[in-house]
Amino acid sequence: MKLIDKMIQLKINNIPVTVEKGTTILDAANKIGVHIPTLCHLNLKDFGVVNKSANCRVCVVEDEDTGRLVPSCAHEVHDGMKIQTDSLKAVMGRRTNLELLLSNHPNDCLTCVKNLDCELQSLAYEMNIKEIHYPGEKMSHPIDVTSFGITKDTNKCIMCRRCVTMCDDIQTVGVLGPLKRGFDSVVATAFHLDLNQTSCTYCGQCVSVCPTGALAETNNSPEVWRALNNPNKHVIVQVAPAVRAAIGEEFGYQPGHILTGKVVSGLRRLGFDQIFDTNFGADLTIIEEATELVDRIQNNKTLPMLTSCCPAWVQFIEHQFPELLDVPSSCKSPHEMVGILTKTYYAEQNNIDPKDIVMVSIMPCTAKKAEAAREELNKDGISDVDYVVTTRELSRMFKEAAIDFNKLPDEEFDQLLGESTGAAAIFGTTGGVIEAATRTAYEMITGKELKEVNFKQLRGLEGIREAKVQIGDLELNIGIAHGLGNARKILEDIRDGLSHFHAIEIMACPGGCIGGGGQPYHHGQTDVLLKRQQALYDLDAGMPKRKSHENEMVLKLYEEFLEKPGSHKAHDLLHTSYSAKQRI
Amino acid sequence: MRNKILDMTTLDKNLIKSLDAYIDSIEGDKKEHLIHVLHKAQELFGYLPQNLQLYVARALDLSSARVNGVVTFYSFFNEKPVGKYTISVCMGTACFVKGADKVLDRVIEVTGANKNEMSEDGLFTIKDVRCIGACGLAPVMTINDKVYGKVKPNDVDEIIRHYRSREDESK
Repeated sequence: MKLIDKMIQLKINNIPVTVEKGTTILDAANKIGVHIPTLCHLNLKDFGVVNKSANCRVCVVEDEDTGRLVPSCAHEVHDGMKIQTDSLKAVMGRRTNLELLLSNHPNDCLTCVKNLDCELQSLAYEMNIKEIHYPGEKMSHPIDVTSFGITKDTNKCIMCRRCVTMCDDIQTVGVLGPLKRGFDSVVATAFHLDLNQTSCTYCGQCVSVCPTGALAETNNSPEVWRALNNPNKHVIVQVAPAVRAAIGEEFGYQPGHILTGKVVSGLRRLGFDQIFDTNFGADLTIIEEATELVDRIQNNKTLPMLTSCCPAWVQFIEHQFPELLDVPSSCKSPHEMVGILTKTYYAEQNNIDPKDIVMVSIMPCTAKKAEAAREELNKDGISDVDYVVTTRELSRMFKEAAIDFNKLPDEEFDQLLGESTGAAAIFGTTGGVIEAATRTAYEMITGKELKEVNFKQLRGLEGIREAKVQIGDLELNIGIAHGLGNARKILEDIRDGLSHFHAIEIMACPGGCIGGGGQPYHHGQTDVLLKRQQALYDLDAGMPKRKSHENEMVLKLYEEFLEKPGSHKAHDLLHTSYSAKQRI
Repeated sequence: MRNKILDMTTLDKNLIKSLDAYIDSIEGDKKEHLIHVLHKAQELFGYLPQNLQLYVARALDLSSARVNGVVTFYSFFNEKPVGKYTISVCMGTACFVKGADKVLDRVIEVTGANKNEMSEDGLFTIKDVRCIGACGLAPVMTINDKVYGKVKPNDVDEIIRHYRSREDESK
């Protein structure tokens, strides 16, 4: 077929446009700058995610030939088609459909977690809805607050199925689906189980695409405020790598600004006693993880080794591949390491009872909330980490405290657990953890200095990537997956004995932590993630030290407290275990 | 095991064997045959308890939410045990305007079973169903395969009595 045969000519609002066969009306309209409102439609083009279930009918336009309203997000163009997006019929059709969606909505915008960040609310504004002519019966589903990570308020669901697309197609976790029919239909878990009874990984990708407040992070800021206001508590906070690359978006910065200094000073204003850096924990993780990898390679132990920094991914393997629990590294994730060291090393040095320390982690992630509550990470009445708040929750806390974020000065992290290298900075993006580990493993194995620290072959956004890195005599086969559906493919290969990798990095969220379920909403603009990723690589490139094992405070920690990497004490404090769970 | 009702080991081993044999016999992509498999499972077990739905999900490599979604979409599938006789009262438009709701109310009263539930004696399960395509006979009610047309609420007592006495005789 010639290219010309594949091209379709049509008119939208009398403007001629030529597009490829198979294009939707919406995409054709976008091409000529004609705006059509959408709601259920989601196209994360860099990740191959498309939700065009045509459920909400908010994007209907008029087909002049038939006089019918068609959903532009799913309806494909044909030759000679004439579309009106702004005819009275189209405008009124969209209004009516939106009003119907609002007719059984709680409309409690003032106190809703998504207030001013809600696509349904924005559309109601955009479509000039001043009255809802259909005061219908409201839904009355219980709000699911059973999980530590995600709160599900089905009453706010508009059945757009974006969450189902993420959970089912992208993450292949399949916790959510449409149940029942008619007015009773809901997007819910199988058998209406509580979230904590399912195989939910709490990755929060459903949250990151939910257009309303039906899915949101479980809000832990009240507990943090309470701790800050308790004079008997020594409240310490730490900040994950990906937070600093995204939080500015909540305060009007363009995506891709690193704002570490402002975050630190803002946290100090909020009243935290010490501000530590999760990046310190990342450097430490690398040393422990690289030590484990070298040990596994040199002593013919279980390979491949999988990174274990991502709690959603850990939850995934426990539920979906319980037979493979010996492949992930036993290392705790960086913030858990900082947590336990705060309550041991820091507490000892400062003569503080660990029971009086409250450890708060600022994370891009909803799964970290559930991770902090894991039994394995709560021993003898002491939690490594007490509360996790997401990037979004922290930005709300700043606003709540009337802190003018944009005018905050740049300040430094507190020492002891505050120094970090460029290797830690890139933990926040897919490929970053394994690149950091490779830098350290190289020098550990060869004993020689690594001159070129940029492993560009490990970077990118493809869902599954492989690379070979020559380390002395050893050719290290490295795999990288982000998105749990991609992780599943790699795990199936391991299970079936087809994997040739030595080390594999897995992150649950597309893009890695920069695209975490607790980050500022990107509302479908995936270039936001690319900018966050680039910002982290730039941050790394600008650091004086770029190898984790050169972090002097980490070296001091080993010298004073942990003895050496992989020591008995290091294992006791910095490593954990996993347990098989039922797949629901 | 966190949730006992999802324990698949309590399912009858022989029935599972038959279900497995059925699933094995499906050619091509087994996932495409979810509805057939659910039919078979319901035929074997009488209804589709949660652990059986989970079993089907695992056997076909589908998510349990997907399986449960299909089961709850079609009124043919039962998530709860069903009585010996399933009384389906048609709630299609024609039947409804002819007073099907009153027929349903009477059925509930006489059998003592709630909608979509089984009566205590295990004899009857009551269902309100969508149009069964017999609008000319509205309002329509079916008991298993037998169709009752132009049913008045007053007829219900006699019909139910008939089934009850049949049971008594067979004892």
